[in-house]
Amino acid sequence: MRAVGIVLAGGNSHKMKELTHKRAVAAMPIAGSYRAIDFALSNMSNSHIQKVAVLTQYNARSLNEHLNSSKWWDFGRKQGGLYVFTPTITLDNGYWYRGTADAIYQNLDFLKRCHEPYVIITSGDAVYKMDYNKVLEYHIAKKADITVVCKDVEPGEDVSRFGTVKMDGSMRIEEFEEKPMIATSNTISTGIYILRRRQLIDLIEYCAEEERYDFVTDILIRYKNLKRIYGYKIKGYWSNISTVDAYYQTNMDFLRPEVRNDFFKGHPSIYSKVSDLPPAKYNPGASVKNSLVASGCIINGTVENSILFKKIFVGNNCVIKNSIILNDVYLGDNTYIENCIVESRDTIRANARYVGENGVKIVVEKNERYAL
Amino acid sequence: MIKKEMIAMLLAGGQGSRLGVLTAKVAKPAVAFGGKYRIIDFPLSNCINSGIDTVGVLTQYQPLRLNTHIGIGIPWDLDRNIGGVSILPPYEKSSSSEWYTGTANAIYQNINYMETFHPDYVLILSGDHIYKMDYEVMLDYHKDNHADITIAAMPVPIEDASRFGVVITDKDGSILEFQEKPSQPKSNLASMGIYIFSWPVLKKALMDLKDVPGCDFGKHVIPHCHEQGKRLFAYEYNGYWKDVGTLGSYWEANMELIDIIPEFNLYEEFWKIYSNNDIIPPQYIAEQAVIERSIIGDGAEIYGEVRNCVVGAGVTVGTGTVVRDSIIMKDVQIGNGCVIDKAIIAEGARIGDQVTLGIGGAVENRFKPQIYAYGLVTIGENTVVPDGVQVGKNTAISGVTSIEDYPGGLLEGGETLIKAGERV
Repeated sequence: MRAVGIVLAGGNSHKMKELTHKRAVAAMPIAGSYRAIDFALSNMSNSHIQKVAVLTQYNARSLNEHLNSSKWWDFGRKQGGLYVFTPTITLDNGYWYRGTADAIYQNLDFLKRCHEPYVIITSGDAVYKMDYNKVLEYHIAKKADITVVCKDVEPGEDVSRFGTVKMDGSMRIEEFEEKPMIATSNTISTGIYILRRRQLIDLIEYCAEEERYDFVTDILIRYKNLKRIYGYKIKGYWSNISTVDAYYQTNMDFLRPEVRNDFFKGHPSIYSKVSDLPPAKYNPGASVKNSLVASGCIINGTVENSILFKKIFVGNNCVIKNSIILNDVYLGDNTYIENCIVESRDTIRANARYVGENGVKIVVEKNERYAL
Repeated sequence: MIKKEMIAMLLAGGQGSRLGVLTAKVAKPAVAFGGKYRIIDFPLSNCINSGIDTVGVLTQYQPLRLNTHIGIGIPWDLDRNIGGVSILPPYEKSSSSEWYTGTANAIYQNINYMETFHPDYVLILSGDHIYKMDYEVMLDYHKDNHADITIAAMPVPIEDASRFGVVITDKDGSILEFQEKPSQPKSNLASMGIYIFSWPVLKKALMDLKDVPGCDFGKHVIPHCHEQGKRLFAYEYNGYWKDVGTLGSYWEANMELIDIIPEFNLYEEFWKIYSNNDIIPPQYIAEQAVIERSIIGDGAEIYGEVRNCVVGAGVTVGTGTVVRDSIIMKDVQIGNGCVIDKAIIAEGARIGDQVTLGIGGAVENRFKPQIYAYGLVTIGENTVVPDGVQVGKNTAISGVTSIEDYPGGLLEGGETLIKAGERV
C-alpha cells in the first residue's frame, strides 16, 4: 500500500452548542445510520488504505465506543490496522494537542515507523465520498509537495469558518486565507491533504522546533511560496458539519434523491458499526412522509420531512416535522416537535411541545426512562 | 489442550422442500425471515447468547448462501481464535465417500471435529426453527439429572402431536417411552429436535449405529440409547417456538411479528438476535407513501402503499403500488402501479409496472397442491415478472419470465410457472 491515513478527530466546535457536550464532532450521528467519522474511515478503506491513525482529544468516549472494533471498516489486518491516539503524558511532553500539527508531532514515532511513502490527512467531521488514490495520482502527476483537496462553493456563501484558496492556471495554490472575514475566493480547503511521509515528518519536526502547532497557518500558509502546494477539486458532495445549521442541513440533504442514492446505493458503500437492531416497525396510527427511518424504530405517530436515527420510539398522536431525532430517543404520546434536533438517549415526556422558531432548536431533557 | 465444556452441532443441510421455490436455490436455514434475518440466525444467536462459542454448521443442500451469510461468524461474535463457527460439508475420505444420509450420520461423519474440542457435552440443533432459548439452562437441567441425553420438548395440541416425535415422561421428566410421528400419540409433549448428549454416550451410539443407513436421531439414536438403558430426560420448554416448514406457517410466523406487541418480540434488549447486515443505510419513506402495520428493513425505499407487510432490506416499492399482507425479501424491486395481495417474493426478484398478484378465487394448485396453498402467490429469488401481467392465487413463479409466458397477460390461479433461465 502506498499511503497511510491520519484522521484528525480531536476537535470540539462551540458552534455545535449542546450537541458536542457529550461527544466529539467526529462522533456526531449522520443520516440515520452513520457517524461522521464513518465517511473518512470508509473512504480510507475503499481506497485500500489499510493503516489509519485517528487522533482524538476532546470528549472521545463516544468516539472510542464507536471505534471499539476495527472490523466494521475492514481495518482488522496484520498489515496495518486502526490506531486511536489520544494525547498522553510522556517523558518529554506533558501537553494536550496544541494544534493539528502538534497532534501529528506527538505521534511522529508512528509515522516514522511506517513504510508507506505517502500520508493522507483528513478530518473526521466531513461527509463525502472520495477515492484518495485519484488525488494521489494527481499529486504525483503535479510533482506537488502538498496537495490540498478543495471545493468550490456557491458565490456569496459564508466561508468564514473555512480556509479559502486561490490557484493559478496550473492549480498551484497562490493564496491561502484562514477563516477570512471577507472572502476573496469561493474555493475552500476541505482539510484533506496528501504529501510524502518524509516531507511531512520534516515539516512537522521543523514546526515543533519553532514552537508552531497548526498545520494550516504554520505549514500551508507559511510554506505556500516555498513548497509546491496544489489544489485538487472535489466534484461530488462534500459537507462539513461543524455548526448546528450545517449539521442540520447536511442531514436534511439526505432527503434529496441524488445525495441519498450516491451515499446509500452507489459503489463503494459507507460502512459503520453494526448495532443489531430489528427492522423499523409501523404500528396503526403511523404516518410517515418524506423521511428517513433507521432500524429499531417503532412509530405510532406522524413523521414528516424528518430523520429518525436508530431506535426511536414515537408515541401515539405525536407529530414530528422538519426535525432530526438522534439515536435512542423515546417520545411520549402527543409530543409535537418542529424544526428541532432532539439529543440522543433522551426521554421526552408526553404532551411536550418544542418548536424551533428562529432556526433549529436543540432539545435536551435528560429525563430518566421508566417506560419500555 | 483445547477444551470446551459444550459445543453445538447445527444441522443446516436440509432443503425444506415444502417451501417450494423459496428453497430452490438456498437451503432452508438461509431463507430470509422477519425483514432482516435468516432462519439460521435464531439458533446461532441462541448459541452465543447461551455462552456457546464453538458451533459446527453441517451443510449439504445448496450451501452457497449459507456460507456467505455465516462467513467467519463475525455477526454472532463467533470469530474466535479457538472454536468459533466452522462450516462442515460432507467430504471425501480415503475409505468411503458419502453424502450426509441422515441427521445422526452427518454428526457421525464429523466425530473428529467434535473430538478436537474434548467436549463434555454436545448440543444438537437444527437450523430451521424460530425461537429464543437459553441452552445453558437446559445444560444445568441435564447436569442436575445426571442425564445422558436431554431432549427439549414442548406441549403441542394433541391433534398436532402426530406430526412430531413424542416423548412420554414420568413426573420427574425422565423419558419412559419415545414415539416417532405416532398415529396414536400417548402424550402431547413434542420433541423440538434439540438434544444435549453427554459426549461419551453420543460417541458410543454413533459408533454402534454407524452402519445404519440414513441414521437419524429421532428414528435410531434416541431409541437405541433408550434400549441401552441410558438416562433420557425431557426438558420442557414453554416459550415461542415456530417450525416454519410450510409456506403457510412461514407466512404466519412473519405476520405475527407485525402485531403491536408480538408474542415473539425482536425489540427486547435482552437476548438479541444477530444477523449479517450488509445493507445499513436508513429506509426512505417518500412523500406519497402510506405505511400501516408493517416492519421494514434497512435501506428500503417506499413510494407506494404498504399494509400488513414484512419488507426486507434494500427493497423498492414503486409509486402507486399497493402491497398488502405480503412478505417481500431483500433487494426486491417492485415497479409502479402494482397491486400485490398475499404474496411471498424472494430475494432479488423484479416485479414490473402495473402487475397484479393474487387476484381471483383460491383454486387448488395443479402442480403441487400440498405446497402452493394458503391462497399465496410465491415468487422465487431473482425472478423477473414482466409489466402488466395478472397472477391468481396458489401460484408459483420462478425464473426470468416474459409476457409470452402469460397467456392473455394472465397466470391463472393454481398455475405454476417455473423457467430454467437465469437472469442475465
